[in-house]
Amino acid sequence: MITRSLVIASLMLSASMSVSIAADESVEVMHYWTSGSEAAGLNVLKQLLEKRGVTWSDSPVAGGTGMNMVQVLRARIASDTAPSAAQMHAQQVQAWGAEGVLTDLSDLAKKQGWDKIIAPELLPLISYDGKIVAVPVNVHRSNWLWYNKKVFDKVGVQPPATWEEFNQVSEKLLAAGITPLALGGQPWQEADLFENVVLGIGGADFYRKVMVEQDEASIKSETMTKVFDQLRIMNKFVDANYPGRDWNLATQMLIKGEAGMQIMGDWAKGELSLAKMEPNVDYGCSPAPGTKGDYVWLTDNFGFFTTKDANREKGQMEMASAILDKDFQQAFNIKKGSIPSRVDVSMDKFDYCGKAAYADRAEAQKTNTSLPSLAHNAASNAAKTGVFLDVVSTFFETKDMTPQQAIDQLVAGLKSAGQ
Amino acid sequence: MSTTLSEYRGVSGRHGENSAGLRLWLGQNASQLALAPSVVVVLVVVYGFMVWTGVISLTASKMLPTYQFVGFEQYERLWSNPIWHIAVSNIFIFGFLFIGFSTAFGLALAILIDQKVRAEGFLRTIYLYPMALSFIVTGTAWKWILNPGLGLERMVHMWGWESFKFDWLVNTQYAIYTLVIAGVWQSSGFVMALFLAALRGIDDDLIKAARLDGAGTVQIYRRIIIPQMGPTFMTVGVILMQQAVKSFDLVVALTSGGPGNSTNLPATFMYTQTFGRDQMAVGAASAIMIFMTVTAIIVPYLYVDIRNNRNEG
Amino acid sequence: MKADGIILQRGPSHHVARVFIYACLAVMAVVYLLPLIVVVLTSLKDLDDIRNGSILSVPQRWTVEPWRQAWSEACIGLRCAGIKSFFVNSIAMIVPAVVMSTAIGALNGYALTQWKFRGADLIFAMLLFGVFIPFQIILIPMARTLGAIGIANTMVGLIAVHVVYGIPFTTLFFRNYFLSLPSDLVKAARVDGAGFYQTLWRVILPISIPCFVVSIIWQFTNIWNDFIFGTTFTSGDNVPVTVALNNVVNTTTGVKAYNVDMASVVMTALPTLAIYVFAGRYFLRGLMAGSIKG
Repeated sequence: MITRSLVIASLMLSASMSVSIAADESVEVMHYWTSGSEAAGLNVLKQLLEKRGVTWSDSPVAGGTGMNMVQVLRARIASDTAPSAAQMHAQQVQAWGAEGVLTDLSDLAKKQGWDKIIAPELLPLISYDGKIVAVPVNVHRSNWLWYNKKVFDKVGVQPPATWEEFNQVSEKLLAAGITPLALGGQPWQEADLFENVVLGIGGADFYRKVMVEQDEASIKSETMTKVFDQLRIMNKFVDANYPGRDWNLATQMLIKGEAGMQIMGDWAKGELSLAKMEPNVDYGCSPAPGTKGDYVWLTDNFGFFTTKDANREKGQMEMASAILDKDFQQAFNIKKGSIPSRVDVSMDKFDYCGKAAYADRAEAQKTNTSLPSLAHNAASNAAKTGVFLDVVSTFFETKDMTPQQAIDQLVAGLKSAGQ
Repeated sequence: MSTTLSEYRGVSGRHGENSAGLRLWLGQNASQLALAPSVVVVLVVVYGFMVWTGVISLTASKMLPTYQFVGFEQYERLWSNPIWHIAVSNIFIFGFLFIGFSTAFGLALAILIDQKVRAEGFLRTIYLYPMALSFIVTGTAWKWILNPGLGLERMVHMWGWESFKFDWLVNTQYAIYTLVIAGVWQSSGFVMALFLAALRGIDDDLIKAARLDGAGTVQIYRRIIIPQMGPTFMTVGVILMQQAVKSFDLVVALTSGGPGNSTNLPATFMYTQTFGRDQMAVGAASAIMIFMTVTAIIVPYLYVDIRNNRNEG
Repeated sequence: MKADGIILQRGPSHHVARVFIYACLAVMAVVYLLPLIVVVLTSLKDLDDIRNGSILSVPQRWTVEPWRQAWSEACIGLRCAGIKSFFVNSIAMIVPAVVMSTAIGALNGYALTQWKFRGADLIFAMLLFGVFIPFQIILIPMARTLGAIGIANTMVGLIAVHVVYGIPFTTLFFRNYFLSLPSDLVKAARVDGAGFYQTLWRVILPISIPCFVVSIIWQFTNIWNDFIFGTTFTSGDNVPVTVALNNVVNTTTGVKAYNVDMASVVMTALPTLAIYVFAGRYFLRGLMAGSIKG
């Protein structure tokens, strides 16, 4: 009885502190953009929505490269208290679409002509079962090679155009006492490297066969062996302490001139500009070796969870349309380091590398070489992507593992994941 | 709580007027009734959820629970996953070393501190404070200290010992031992407190008598003091074991399972499969394996513990 | 009484032994303090200082700016008002959760030992098994359950979760403590005609303070430091301070301000640290009184 009255007493005590769901137009937005530049970008959206009379209720969940947020989101859906909107990568849109919990945006999309303004390669991934179920905020590019210009000038090398050249440049940097490649040994960073090698050595068609279709013959091919050989060569181009390092600490090595190059998505610009490094002056950006003319993309989207509350749904529609607002697309993506998901936004205010990315994407769209990133959940579902992450990371860290062993593990793992 | 008690009296009083039989029954079964809410709740949130997890492990659940049954297929997939094998062997290495070293350090510290040292309270607080911090708090600091390029190794180099090497964190073979270091750091102070409490509870006359018989210090500890602390060792064992089984924050903060997946533990494997890989059923299968192992270890312990208490009573 | 500890009495090697003991204790103390020193030093540096110095170097320019920022300016998502308001959440959560789980544990321990019935040991074993549940496993079914009761995503739900998973621990503490009490106490009270709750209130609770201290400290530490329940079962402005802390220090593709991170870290840890510093001796007394003896 002590128990019971204590329970009641504290229930009453805490009831006053519990969440109340506002009745007016409001959106609860779950996301993992908690750090400076990202949050600043999202704040633009919040202000835009408030101008349109929609209240923003913020539910950030950082950590685990988004995995923490996925876990919290699942619990919220399991308890029937889904947020209005949540940040998701391209393949996550597909997964939630398959669960049938996403609000249909097709009417809005038709009214605003999304099929004409959104980058065409994104459209299939924001659609499920013929309905539009998510809206893309930005497009990042993952096949970037960042290099320290001063270091390159000092050693007398040019940004490498192929992986062979990359090895030669690296040897020269190594001889000059500089770590050629700044890398953080975390599975997603190693997978980033892997996808760039796959594309650089195998080309766009091979990339699609391996990353998107998981074609067994391609994975078992000679080309794949070459890919793993190149990864093994790169073991000696990284410093000894790379395992577990966060990507931004790797960028710091580039900034300090301890390292010559980094292969990383364009969010690296945030770290570089914080160190007062100017694009095309202090650092250069060029497509990763062998990937000129290709564009490897990843997007952040917002999906909206079905609700019976008409006000909430109105809020969701307002948010979806605000995300595609031209001014927002411009302001957000400048802050985030990405480029707009729309294809008709003025790029005047973007930096050198942003403009280059935008132009390269337009070019790649024409040649059908705009490709989804594996490491950032755009190419394949979570189970299969996980197999790549596991095998590539294990291979890179285990020096006596052969390419054949890696390929065998990939094939076996993908088979199991496909069940 | 005083209102609660009077409320109780009020309730029982009313019953007394209406039905003496009910009151008698309530009085006779007060103990069971007091336990009933806890038993019901634990039945649901521990055993019920365990059964639920078992059911999920037999289904094809991916993102959210579904009830399409596939037999033991998920267990096959689990055991065909090389990372699960790493996680299983890691938990035995980690558990063994973590429990062993935490116990050894805790006991050593307790014995040293029990030598009537000055500033005992101060030292005790220092050894005990890691217990107050979670790895969300200390993870980054540990990562820096253990990182050869930032922490200990670099410092020793700067002091002039150039050949000093401490690169376990970045070495697939040794990274698991850094988890042991941080784990022991966090838990050994608490173990020390438990042992210290036990040491202080030992009858001094026994020690004096042994001393008169000419027993040396080491002998006194080995023959007289430590054997008397059997129950404390048991408690330490249970507390450390539940920490080892639940170790999760530690891995996430220090290595995130790397380098090269070499430091995964069953709990992190389960989490990654369930929430990172959309393989909820495989995650559930691994959870069932964790439960089964814990049961195999804890049931004999409980049996011994309860039998001993019964004998004493 | 032991004259000088057990290791050695007077004698020529006495001093050597004392020096050895102090040396061991001092070295260990430094090792144990190392992470805290790193955290505190970093929180008092500016970012350039962190990038250029070593982790144990003394700040070149001491600054409390990171502390001010962490307290009232750091961004947690889109809200840049520091972690201060989240302390209120944690306190509002921890008081009922600790009080209730401890009270239930005391009641259970008492029922399991002093008013023992057939099968009490089995029930204890059943409850104790709960301490081995890795919390990651039960998140989804717990979310379902909370949703069904209607307290999902509320502070009440979070408190309930902490209470139910605290019961196995608190029951363990009190059960073992009460086992060490002489059984005559309760027998005498029963002879006098006192009932179950009267005996608990008048006879048992007054002599259980040491065990309450242990239980409260243990529960306080675990609940304050909890992250996974907090992040899963509350959201937005309601989250406990550890969840806010995680949002400050954890970022995937953003720039890290390590000094602000570390200042937030120290602030978040202060309540539990304070408890150990100020209540540590009572904690030890509680342990000595038998609350965790096997």
